Amino acid sequence: MADRSHIKGSLDAGSGSSSGKLTPSYLDPDYRVFGDGMTYKSVTDKVTDIVLKLKTSKGWWLGFGISFMALQVLVISIIYLLIKGPGIWGVNNPSMWGFAIINFVWWIGIGHAGTLISAILLLVQQDWRTSINRFAEAMTVFAVMCAGLFPLLHVGRPWLAYWMLPYPSTMGIWPQFRSPLLWDVFAISTYLTVSVLFWYLGLVPDLATLRDRAVKKAKKVIYGFLALGWRGSAKHWDRFTTAYLILAGLSTPLVLSVHSIVSLDFAVSNLPGWHTTIFPPYFVAGAVYSGFAMVLTVMIPVRHVFGLHDILTLRHLNNMSKVMLAMGLVVAYGYAMEAFFAFYSGGQYEIQAFQNRVFGPYGWSYWALILCNVAIPQLLWFRRFRVTLVPLWMISNIINIGMWLERYVIVITLTRDFMTSSWGYYVPTIWDWSLYLGTFGLFFTCTFLFIRFLPMINVFEMRELIHHVKHHEHHDKAGHGTEVEVSH
Amino acid sequence: MPQIFPRSANATARASILGSLLLIGGFLFFLDSFNRSNYQTNQSLEIVQPVMFEHTRHVAGNGLDCRYCHTSVEESHFAGIPPVETCMTCHSQILKGAPILQPVRNSYEMGAPLEWVRVHDLGDFVYFNHSIHIAKGMACVTCHGHVDEMALMWQENTLQMQWCLDCHRAPEKYIRPREHVFDLDWEPEGDQIAMGDSLVEAYNINVGQLTNCSICHR
Repeated sequence: MADRSHIKGSLDAGSGSSSGKLTPSYLDPDYRVFGDGMTYKSVTDKVTDIVLKLKTSKGWWLGFGISFMALQVLVISIIYLLIKGPGIWGVNNPSMWGFAIINFVWWIGIGHAGTLISAILLLVQQDWRTSINRFAEAMTVFAVMCAGLFPLLHVGRPWLAYWMLPYPSTMGIWPQFRSPLLWDVFAISTYLTVSVLFWYLGLVPDLATLRDRAVKKAKKVIYGFLALGWRGSAKHWDRFTTAYLILAGLSTPLVLSVHSIVSLDFAVSNLPGWHTTIFPPYFVAGAVYSGFAMVLTVMIPVRHVFGLHDILTLRHLNNMSKVMLAMGLVVAYGYAMEAFFAFYSGGQYEIQAFQNRVFGPYGWSYWALILCNVAIPQLLWFRRFRVTLVPLWMISNIINIGMWLERYVIVITLTRDFMTSSWGYYVPTIWDWSLYLGTFGLFFTCTFLFIRFLPMINVFEMRELIHHVKHHEHHDKAGHGTEVEVSH
Repeated sequence: MPQIFPRSANATARASILGSLLLIGGFLFFLDSFNRSNYQTNQSLEIVQPVMFEHTRHVAGNGLDCRYCHTSVEESHFAGIPPVETCMTCHSQILKGAPILQPVRNSYEMGAPLEWVRVHDLGDFVYFNHSIHIAKGMACVTCHGHVDEMALMWQENTLQMQWCLDCHRAPEKYIRPREHVFDLDWEPEGDQIAMGDSLVEAYNINVGQLTNCSICHR
């Protein structure tokens, strides 16, 4: 496994040295990656008991029930859509793109936190990622599933969606390789495949733990089947670590490429307000922004309900808030540059598109976007807002809304193009809303099932982390002759 | 603790990797083969008609020109299915009482058209026009095959888009002088491609345009 010596540095980052002697920073609650008294056993118990021992709580049933009902809204919306066609949506000339693409981009963006946390933070050895990566990866998979539905349904005849794949067909033609919409197909399918593999591979040792701890035969068989015969031998670990790093390496460029390609759906077209080079980086930043916001939105309640305070510490919340703040600033820079270049270009259509965006019939959405994505998140400069749960949860929700509005603002640029005679106004219908609501049902149904049936915290990595930190602590305290009890 | 899975589970797991690849590959191969099969395209399947009309007898035997019956092929998108009166121009004299022609006489007397079964049925999303193909030197036989050798009519080609594009991308492979389009037995003298290239130019065929989506899908 990777060298962990840097952990000392990261743990000591906040330590004072008043008496000339370093105070070990892990004593400072803000810098802990896990709580007092966590041992191999307690962390394993804590996580696996949620799956194996604890009685399914009323809260879970309530949450699952609501999500499942929302999922039925999705099913009904899709069935009605298949019967009637996309005409039931609000999209029409000149705004041929509406909720479908807005929600697609929004959901894809949400997935990015998982990939960033799992892949990039793994490669740069940020150990605080350990307790959130599993959850964030699961969210990535579910979010990409939700996202994929929208373009699939928007093609009108989803059963022919395989036409988008390049295969030697009887039509004698290939897909249009110059179209970003085709790049999307590759980007999203690669993203989903790699995310699922990465998530599942990371689950294997923990599935084996569940298999070993399960009492009932059925659970043993199911978890045993999923654990792929994992026995935890040195050879297994060696191969596992190699495979995990390779997948992390594969995922890393995806963090940047997927949303860049999604942004090209807009940027490649010659539409004023869309045709800008800043789109790819600012879409990526926005994706990470909304991804972290969604992770916080979901994890703060989960942490509370399952009492995971020792595993998801304030340091995690603090760090995620800082990432959000940084990404929020990048996004704000993007908005500023859009405004600047609209006028700097001197192009009348560019200027007009921007004026429409800000003062036009949809001006409210632009200002709401600035409020949600730029103004309110500045509160995260204050430590109090980064580590107090309720305000942080509210800010993360506001960012979710803001990021949705961002895509809304971009897409409805379509309503006013070059010719005044063809200007229009886009109004989503009830079916646009129901499909969007329905994807929440899909997302949260999957999330609740995941919480109930799979270990939502990475147990083996937590154990490893505990080992390293305890080992470190042990050395620090060696002079005092203190022994750290590490039970297995 | 007893083992959950028997020892053979290892072999099963390994076999399932190969097995699922074969299964998925086989399924895709089946789908593609099915899609190209006669069952799907109706290619080469003899169609039973309300009257046992034989192209062999009329074209090869009697030497009728295609246009004697398919009158609108040069002016219209539709080549034309002859009204029963066309049949009766001869059959009021020839084979007057033949039982095989009873449906024709019935139709003529009752004024109810014969309900022929369409052999070449393009999708409704395809715009196809016979007259332009005839005018630009595409022969009947190129698409419809040797009709003079078909007792019962069948669809000679797949009519899949790939097949259309084969010619739309390179019409020089199939084009012939206009005056020979109705000649079933015409063969090019010398090199088809050389002749084809010069005809494509002479007939002002803009080959680049022929693969525009809107040429066929309007």
